[in-house]
Amino acid sequence: MTTRWIKWVVGLLCVAVIVGVFYLPILRRRLRAAAKLQQQTAEQARRELTQAVPINPGEPRVKAKLFWASGNGDGALVDSTVELPLSDDSVLRSKQVLNTLLAGPVDAELRTLPPDAVLLAFYLLPNGTAIADFSEALATATPSGIQSEQLAVDSLTRTLEANVPRVQRLKILIHGQEVETLAGHLDLTGTFLVNTKGLLVAPSVAAPVVAPTAPPSAEKPAAPAIEKAAPAAVPTAKPGSPKGA
Amino acid sequence: MLLDVANIARMNQRAWSRNGCRVSAFFLLPVLGAAALSYSSQSPSQTSPAAAAAQSALPQALPTTPAPATLQGLPLPPAVPRAGLNIVVLDPAHGGTDLGARGTGGIRESEIVLDFATQVRRVLEAQGFQVVQTRQGNEDPSFDDRSAIANAQSGAVFVTLHIASTGLPGTARVYVNSDLPVTTNAGGLIPWERAQTPFQALSRKLGDLVQGLLAQRFKGSPNTAQTAAVRQLRTTAAPAIAVEISSVVVESRADLDRMAPGVADAIATGVATFRPSYVVPTTGGTP
Repeated sequence: MTTRWIKWVVGLLCVAVIVGVFYLPILRRRLRAAAKLQQQTAEQARRELTQAVPINPGEPRVKAKLFWASGNGDGALVDSTVELPLSDDSVLRSKQVLNTLLAGPVDAELRTLPPDAVLLAFYLLPNGTAIADFSEALATATPSGIQSEQLAVDSLTRTLEANVPRVQRLKILIHGQEVETLAGHLDLTGTFLVNTKGLLVAPSVAAPVVAPTAPPSAEKPAAPAIEKAAPAAVPTAKPGSPKGA
Repeated sequence: MLLDVANIARMNQRAWSRNGCRVSAFFLLPVLGAAALSYSSQSPSQTSPAAAAAQSALPQALPTTPAPATLQGLPLPPAVPRAGLNIVVLDPAHGGTDLGARGTGGIRESEIVLDFATQVRRVLEAQGFQVVQTRQGNEDPSFDDRSAIANAQSGAVFVTLHIASTGLPGTARVYVNSDLPVTTNAGGLIPWERAQTPFQALSRKLGDLVQGLLAQRFKGSPNTAQTAAVRQLRTTAAPAIAVEISSVVVESRADLDRMAPGVADAIATGVATFRPSYVVPTTGGTP
């Protein structure tokens, strides 16, 4: 009796091991597939939530100035005038022009920002500091180098300066977080000057500001000065932004 | 290496007594660390002069405004005579797992800048400068570690070397840090994160000199230095420039290697020309 039970138990265990050997790899594959699907879904949902602000055709069409590369390889920007029905609201207007900038010019060679980069969120604080939160592609796909990184930031600041007068400074976040550099060189820990006229009128005591040594020109842009932001003025986390940041 | 520990302790105590641990933490400790780091990173032939320079730099580099005669009964450290410019800190960017810009032909920025640094070093030493490198091999010191090496020197300029991903092949550009307002705290100390601010005018002068020489050697390069918010420069308490060569997109590495002697000569000549105008800024960002 005992011997028969032992045989049954051993037999069942052998069957369980055999089934496990075949089933576990399948289960692992399924888990990986499910995790991947979930990741894609999260990414898709985030993109849907932060998709480009639809341009309302009912809005009056205005001539927006967008700054893309000159194409000479000299790190300069040139402005292109595009007629867009832009909102009067500064935040919506900023999102519209930045999304148009991200979409790129007709000639892809003149892009200043990676095609995969997405504007995830945009905030405008009462003191004129704008916070633009971009997807990781901005950091990972911008060509590494001082010139290329400066060109990317210049195109953002100068496009905002030309189209959204309320924006005075720009803080760039990557996926809701402050990062040290854009792609290894350009300092993203501070804010970039956007509208120097506004800054000269009301300099902040907490984060004093000086104007750039030379005014920016379309042919040879001067780099916007970067300033260390007052800690309270630039949150690195904000309710409602992606990743719960 | 000998450090003037008594002076450092007095400075540290003064900073603590005035501003608490925050002030000393952001400047004094990294400087001490840097002194040790620079000592360990130098070749034997350089050790003694560099250590002596670092020793004289430590008390001198900290206050940006004249200190009161006494504080809590402590006598001031004796005035340290300022030496002229005699050290060049060369920073081959990136390194380790950070390869920097990469070209299609397997060109890696981190490797090329190390070779460039070797050539620049040779020319500078031939002109009588002492050269300290932030890395000798395939290491990747942090931005602050690299700055700390420069900040521990007295009478030094800082040159960080880069190869770009973009730009007209065969050109070279010099960058100086974007203008920042000069700020000091109540103790007259410069925040570590803005260590470059008192040196901006000097950096601009050095940058323009080197850029002018590069423009003569490499057609298509700008005539004057450009401004950019270069992270490495912001925490460097010395005249500091970034030299960026275009680019990793060349067909073969030989195209970049051919530029190295010209770049080395331009940097060395620029630094030598800059030497007479080198004065350690004592107040408010003016040389």
